[in-house]
Amino acid sequence: MGNENNILDQVTQGEYKYGFYTDIETDIAPKGLNEGIIRLISQKKNEPEFMLEFRLKAFEKWKTMKQPNWAHLSIPPIDYQDISYYAAPKKKKEIGSLDEVDPELLDTFNKLGISLEEQKRLTGVAVDAVFDSVSVKTTFRGTLEKHGIIFCSFSEAVQNHPDLIKKYMGSVVPAGDNYFAALNSAVFTDGSFCYIPPGVRCPVELSTYFRINTAGTGQFERTLIVADEGSYVSYMEGCTAPMRDENQLHAAVVEIVALKDAVVKYSTVQNWYPGDKNGKGGVYNFVTKRGMCKGSHSKISWTQVETGSAITWKYPSCILLGDYSVGEFYSVAVTNNHQQADTGSKMTHIGKNTKSTIISKGISAGVSNNSYRGLVKISRRAENSRNFSQCDSLLLGDKCGAHTFPYIDTQNSSSIVEHEATTSKISDDQLFYCLQRGIDTEKAIGLIVNGYAKEVLKQLPMEFAVEAQKLLSISLEGSVG
Amino acid sequence: METELKEKITGLFEKNRERIFSNDPPEISHLREESFNRFLELDFPSTRLEGWKNTDLKKVLGRDYNFYFEPLDEKIDFDKIFQCEVPDFDTHIISLYNGWYIYRDKPLVKLPNGTIIGSFAKALKEYPEIVLKHFNKYAKNRVNGLNALNTAYAQDGVFIYVPDGVEAYKTIQMVNVLNREDDLFVQNRNLVVLGKNSKLTLVHCDDSHNFKSSFTNSVTEIYLDEGSYLNHYKLQNLNNNTSLINSTFFQQEKDSNLSTFAISLNGGLIRNDLNITLNGSGSNADVFGLYLVDKEQHVDNQVYIDHAKPNCTSNELFKGILDDQGSAVFNGHILVRKDAQKTNAYQTNRNILLTDKATVNSKPFLEIYADDVRCSHGATVGQLDDNAMFYIKSRGISEYNAKLLLMYAFAAEVINRISIAPLKDRIDDLVKKRLRGELAVCDQCVLHCKNQEKKYEFNIDMSKI
Repeated sequence: MGNENNILDQVTQGEYKYGFYTDIETDIAPKGLNEGIIRLISQKKNEPEFMLEFRLKAFEKWKTMKQPNWAHLSIPPIDYQDISYYAAPKKKKEIGSLDEVDPELLDTFNKLGISLEEQKRLTGVAVDAVFDSVSVKTTFRGTLEKHGIIFCSFSEAVQNHPDLIKKYMGSVVPAGDNYFAALNSAVFTDGSFCYIPPGVRCPVELSTYFRINTAGTGQFERTLIVADEGSYVSYMEGCTAPMRDENQLHAAVVEIVALKDAVVKYSTVQNWYPGDKNGKGGVYNFVTKRGMCKGSHSKISWTQVETGSAITWKYPSCILLGDYSVGEFYSVAVTNNHQQADTGSKMTHIGKNTKSTIISKGISAGVSNNSYRGLVKISRRAENSRNFSQCDSLLLGDKCGAHTFPYIDTQNSSSIVEHEATTSKISDDQLFYCLQRGIDTEKAIGLIVNGYAKEVLKQLPMEFAVEAQKLLSISLEGSVG
Repeated sequence: METELKEKITGLFEKNRERIFSNDPPEISHLREESFNRFLELDFPSTRLEGWKNTDLKKVLGRDYNFYFEPLDEKIDFDKIFQCEVPDFDTHIISLYNGWYIYRDKPLVKLPNGTIIGSFAKALKEYPEIVLKHFNKYAKNRVNGLNALNTAYAQDGVFIYVPDGVEAYKTIQMVNVLNREDDLFVQNRNLVVLGKNSKLTLVHCDDSHNFKSSFTNSVTEIYLDEGSYLNHYKLQNLNNNTSLINSTFFQQEKDSNLSTFAISLNGGLIRNDLNITLNGSGSNADVFGLYLVDKEQHVDNQVYIDHAKPNCTSNELFKGILDDQGSAVFNGHILVRKDAQKTNAYQTNRNILLTDKATVNSKPFLEIYADDVRCSHGATVGQLDDNAMFYIKSRGISEYNAKLLLMYAFAAEVINRISIAPLKDRIDDLVKKRLRGELAVCDQCVLHCKNQEKKYEFNIDMSKI
């Protein structure tokens, strides 16, 4: 009970508690986007030629593209020339031990509840922390190296493992895939890279923590996970940003490659600053996440808890290329106040006997709009494929919107696709039952909402599940009437 | 190709201006001009539009169609063409022949109970107050190039008016027959107005009598005043070269009740655009559809239900069986507006694919802005159940018959909701015929087939089950 009371306290007073700003010296590029800036980024990162080519190609493509407007979102015009595309904490040297990390930085991450210190060993999570656009510290590297696992920042990987990068970068999300992916491909500054060798089961959870700190910057990071044959990895991602009146742009790309028999589990708790009660400020979260089940019997599972961001545009998807491969998508998306979310998943079945599951739970409150948008495509040769999708929406309040836009595209006769969805409010019966057991309204709603999202929350690694549950309650604070 | 047709249409519009506008009161003339400009601006719907992504008109719009601006002087053998052989089904038949209203004695009839049935063009002359009150009031809400073109071009169609409190004693059957030795582009415009607490059963058949290509762009507006009740059936049985775009706009007032069926038995390209606005609390719409698609046919059902007021219910069920290279699209969109509390809306789309070349695109959308609602949707795509097949076969029934039985059972869920017994039996027969592939060889239209089905359909020895 004690713990629950705690949650409730947070519920009743919880503002966005990660809204602080760290005063740290940063190296920031001038605002604007042009070839010069891209060359500057590439040069600052001391990148090999192929990276610069990749960036410039993406930039050329981006210039010909238009910002997509098909989503159920109203996106204020974004001035892409008014953003600084590179910001890094200064004096980043080779960091050998924690003592050498800027104490301000460490303090920031401690405040976020992400201790980079070795005590994390107890929880068994290896963390790669990305501050503004630069990876600051990766913990646990020793343990991982023993197993041959590569887990480092993207820039390090470019220097140390260019072959892997060359082979896999852009193989799942090509440079010109969509407007935001092209933008990311042109200007991305850092991110995480992870490679699991054949037959290795990664002994710890891998985790990246993203934080936007500097004003007037966007965050463009790129994550690449390659799971070689028969390997397993569970990967977690978290994010926060300071409270600012202006909107910040976050356009990330995540690529996952799963080879034969590999399993990748990717969990996200997204808690970017959602803007204040009147919809001022907040992060625009335009993210392209895609996994490729390249080999047979491979599996990619996405789990996401989306509570932050002013606008979310995000469709983690799976390309099920290998026979018998499996794609999963579990999502809880909460929108409150003026938040907007258009999120869902794409499952493209290409291999035979492929399976996919989509479970999406949307919760909208305040004057927010929450949309599920998903595509299930069964191609002609994907015989005996199977999909099950369930998308439920819960409405709290009469000023919000909950929408479902599923697309089902089936081209062969041996596959089965099922989609079902419901939209409703919290039932009076459930509420009444709780009330007459002496549980007050606020608590009862917390209980019901958590129960509603349980199916997804239970997919999260334990460390995340606790945080996610708290987040759910905080995000809904004040919306319960 | 499309631009050629567009140019032709523009040319003809200018050339035949006098004819097209001849019958119009000033309001309509103005509307025509406006709509024509709208058409020029919007053009024919292309696959770049979200709602037309999976229905490509390019090929059919590439054909060279003929347009006629006055009724063709043809000798029509009514008895031959419009004989209706639904047993025990007594209807008042009205007919459109190649897009024009045709009649035996009078173009517009007023029945003793006040019901007016007849030609749209004539009604515009004789009852302008009713027509102008409703004309293009509902279609204007969701304009696309095609229905703008219809508003600009259409000269005739069917007009039905049921006064307040009247229950139309006979089912009205509207038969739209195409029968020309050239490729026709037909545009008709229908208006149906139901007064307060009135009741009407309307059967709308689209048939073709030959194997020529034709393109029908039909717009129907139906207004249901308070407490009225409409039973509406659309039967579509056209040849494989025909394209039919059928846009229907329903406007429902308080406590009105609508039940509508779209049964697509055969046709080259069929698109049913159903737009329903529940504009009064307590109104209800039941929307059912059945499509049987084979060869290279394409059926597209678009259902847009706008829950504009509280306490309304809607219920959709669309089922389809796809064979050969057939393709089907279902796009259901339920919009629940801000204050439309206590809304109940259900939407189901089920499909069976029989071959690997058939395609289904299903998009069941929900867009909800009110919180006290119950909305659900479901969509499935699958095949005949192996276990059920095995069970039936293990009882000594041939694979062919087992398959028929299961397909029929699948379709029966929709058929069983037809409330008029003789019509239900007839459609039942037709579906069975269609599933056996016999309908295509029938050169007459749906309702002309005199050979009634045998009661014993599947050659199954029931004692073995």
